[in-house]
Amino acid sequence: MVAIPESEVPAEGGYDDDGKPGFFARWFYSTNHKDIGTLYLIFGIISGLIGGFLSFMMRMELAEPGIQFFTNEHQYLVYVSMHGLIMIFFMVMPALIGGFGNWFVPIMVGAPDMAFPRMNNLSFWLLPTALICLLISFVVPGNANGNGFGGSWVMYPPLSTTGHPGPAFDFIIIGLLAAGFSSIFGAINFITTILNMRAPGMTMHKMPLFAWAVLVTAFLLLLALPVLAAALFMLFTDRIAGGTGFFDPARGGDPQMFQHLFWFFGHPEVYIMILPAFGIVSHIVSTFSKKPIFGYLGMAYAMVAIGVVGFVVWAHHMYTVGMDVNLKAYFLAATLVIAVPTGVKIFSWLATMWGGSIRFTIPMQWALAFIFLFVVGGVTGVMLANAGVDAYLHDTYYVVAHFHYVLSMGAVFGIFAGFYYWFGKMFGVMYNKFLAAAHFWLFFIGVNVIFFPQHFLGLNGMPRRYVDYPEEFAIWNSVSSMGAWITLAGVAFFFAMLIEAFIVRRRVGDNYWGEGATTLEWTLSSPPPYHQFNTLPRIEDNAEH
Amino acid sequence: MAGHAVEHDYHLIPPSPWPFLSGIAALVWGVGMVVFFAGLVPRTGESPMLEFFFSKGLDSLQDSYRAAGDKVGADGGWIILVVGTLFAAYVMYGWWKDVAAESKAGDHTPVVDIGLRYGMIMFIMQEAMFFVGWFWMFFELGLFHKMRAAWNPDVLENADEYATSMAPGIKGVDPWNLPLMNTVILLLSGTTVTWAHHALIHGDRRGAKWGLGLTVLLGILFTFVQGYEYLELFHERTEGHPWISTDAFGSAFFMATGFHGLHVLIGTIFLAIMYLRLVKGGLRPEKHFGLEAAAWYWHFVDVVWLFLFAFVYIIFAVGM
Repeated sequence: MVAIPESEVPAEGGYDDDGKPGFFARWFYSTNHKDIGTLYLIFGIISGLIGGFLSFMMRMELAEPGIQFFTNEHQYLVYVSMHGLIMIFFMVMPALIGGFGNWFVPIMVGAPDMAFPRMNNLSFWLLPTALICLLISFVVPGNANGNGFGGSWVMYPPLSTTGHPGPAFDFIIIGLLAAGFSSIFGAINFITTILNMRAPGMTMHKMPLFAWAVLVTAFLLLLALPVLAAALFMLFTDRIAGGTGFFDPARGGDPQMFQHLFWFFGHPEVYIMILPAFGIVSHIVSTFSKKPIFGYLGMAYAMVAIGVVGFVVWAHHMYTVGMDVNLKAYFLAATLVIAVPTGVKIFSWLATMWGGSIRFTIPMQWALAFIFLFVVGGVTGVMLANAGVDAYLHDTYYVVAHFHYVLSMGAVFGIFAGFYYWFGKMFGVMYNKFLAAAHFWLFFIGVNVIFFPQHFLGLNGMPRRYVDYPEEFAIWNSVSSMGAWITLAGVAFFFAMLIEAFIVRRRVGDNYWGEGATTLEWTLSSPPPYHQFNTLPRIEDNAEH
Repeated sequence: MAGHAVEHDYHLIPPSPWPFLSGIAALVWGVGMVVFFAGLVPRTGESPMLEFFFSKGLDSLQDSYRAAGDKVGADGGWIILVVGTLFAAYVMYGWWKDVAAESKAGDHTPVVDIGLRYGMIMFIMQEAMFFVGWFWMFFELGLFHKMRAAWNPDVLENADEYATSMAPGIKGVDPWNLPLMNTVILLLSGTTVTWAHHALIHGDRRGAKWGLGLTVLLGILFTFVQGYEYLELFHERTEGHPWISTDAFGSAFFMATGFHGLHVLIGTIFLAIMYLRLVKGGLRPEKHFGLEAAAWYWHFVDVVWLFLFAFVYIIFAVGM
């Protein structure tokens, strides 16, 4: 079981050429950052389908008042909760950090592989374990109303302790611990790779912005996730009969403290999801404007600033728990400060395009849509940051619209932008431009039709996490659900694009984007050799970023 | 690049089964955790075998979970947990055996060695943040309980319990008894591990063995003393002192010291393996990062204990 078959062990020095190990060793025992990155991307697509199915069912249910599809409220809430958890931990994070991070961070810093190739594979293989735990939780008892956990992705007690006594939530705890360890090991790997394995001449201030983004993200993961792990352990022991009472007021515990611990992780988490997308968009905007990125150092340190300030704003998710007004004032001010470095990034992207020779390729369209829609989500975020306004908007569809504009249109658009940008580089073939354009436009229109009306619903006072609603919310909800159909059509074109590209196999050259693409991956073949940089590249003093 | 000879000092690793097996071991262990602590299926009496392995007090979900807790009967969930733990232990053994062999084969060039140092520092940072979570809980409950009892609408019903649960002086272990002894044991073990390290650097392998062996023994001694203290506390509970596991202080005390104890155990195993490698002739004077990493980890565990001793033990005994 343990020994690798003789035929699959590369000969001594077998890394001189492209000799790949056999199928099983290559994909299950992998120690190659590009193969592991591909595994992460496939995993992200599968999780995205599961999470997308859950959200589609939610939208179908909400298309009109009354209960249509779900057996009871609990089942709807299970779908809501699992949609959030699966999309965050098993779609966005694996795709952005695990997928593109693994594929391109080592190449961009001029390294032959990650610092700890075996631990890299451990990071991946903990994720299927975690996803299996989450899927098991669907089919084991949650509470008296049925199977599964319906306490939302934030898992507040007492809903997550006495509210769901069955094993469904215990499986979620175990699954999230596994996913957390996966991310922590990944973070250690990325930090070590970036700090220790940069090619000669590749100083920190010459490092591509995507590598900077992943470096900041990795530090956020490293410092935020262990606190979540502690909070999850507290939930786990609180749930055991005769166990602890951290969150039980009757025993001197405090349920609010879970919210503090959770959001101390949860707020950095939202930057964990968006920073890699920032990095990808920077490369795309620069490539297709044929200009170096405007304000490179400002862009890099804006991400560092977002990461640092992101650790001290968590309680703006909890304005309505009854916290002291001075505390609200602090968290309000600190939250608004984040708009400054974020503005630096937005304006630097615009300044990069200013005067450039712009090409509206597919990845550029995704990147421009990212900038536009992320600003919409950012501006609604600035509104929600105000404690007084949030007292009204808290837990309404306005919040749902806000975070889907930054996630479903920010992080996800970043993923698709990167996917189309590097598609040829990763797989050696070019996508069909018509199918890709159809994917983009259907997706762009679809998600906007879904989420823009939700601003109106929220301002009118429609609360989140309810399976049913009064008649007066019917119009915008039906519009929103039509958007789900359009998005579904977009997803269909995405898969049509994938299938077509791998059947037709239009080969691409080393640098198919031309002179605007300046980072190291464009000096390699498409796809790159199994082990690149056997001779380390040297970065000249005058090299552009 | 294809066809060029490898001209860098990084360590490329051939395919390895351990990460994949780790994922499976984690799954078995995780299912074991859930089944052992929560059970999986309601007990119906139809399939004794299934229920032996997967049931635990799930007879009626309508009842509160805590009430269902005392219906623990025949329960084989621990078997899954033990299998998962042994599987994980086997995978770790195989994995680190490979690492030690690679180190011996000279794969750990200076640049790889620096990478390992970065990795260990990051891992310890991560561990530190884990304990930040426990201390945060402890300090919040300890410092603000009265204030919260006054204005937090959540606790109006239980304001009295809330205000007194973390009140100082009325409970807690006497810090100048076993905990002081454990502090001395850990600080002493910090000196012996440094002795071992310096002895190894200066080529005194006999001294290194003595120092490391003593460190391992002191680590085991700490665990025993901590276990003895726990036993006394459990004994006290049976005599009608209810604070230990039933209120917020008891929760914070047991989980924080318990997780520290787990880390002492991990550190002790880490050092013991280094001792075995030393005895078998491994760990050279110029290159012994395994021992250094074990020592770093041991010092980290030491520092966490000092925080526990200062705040959880002393401050709670003398009043805060």
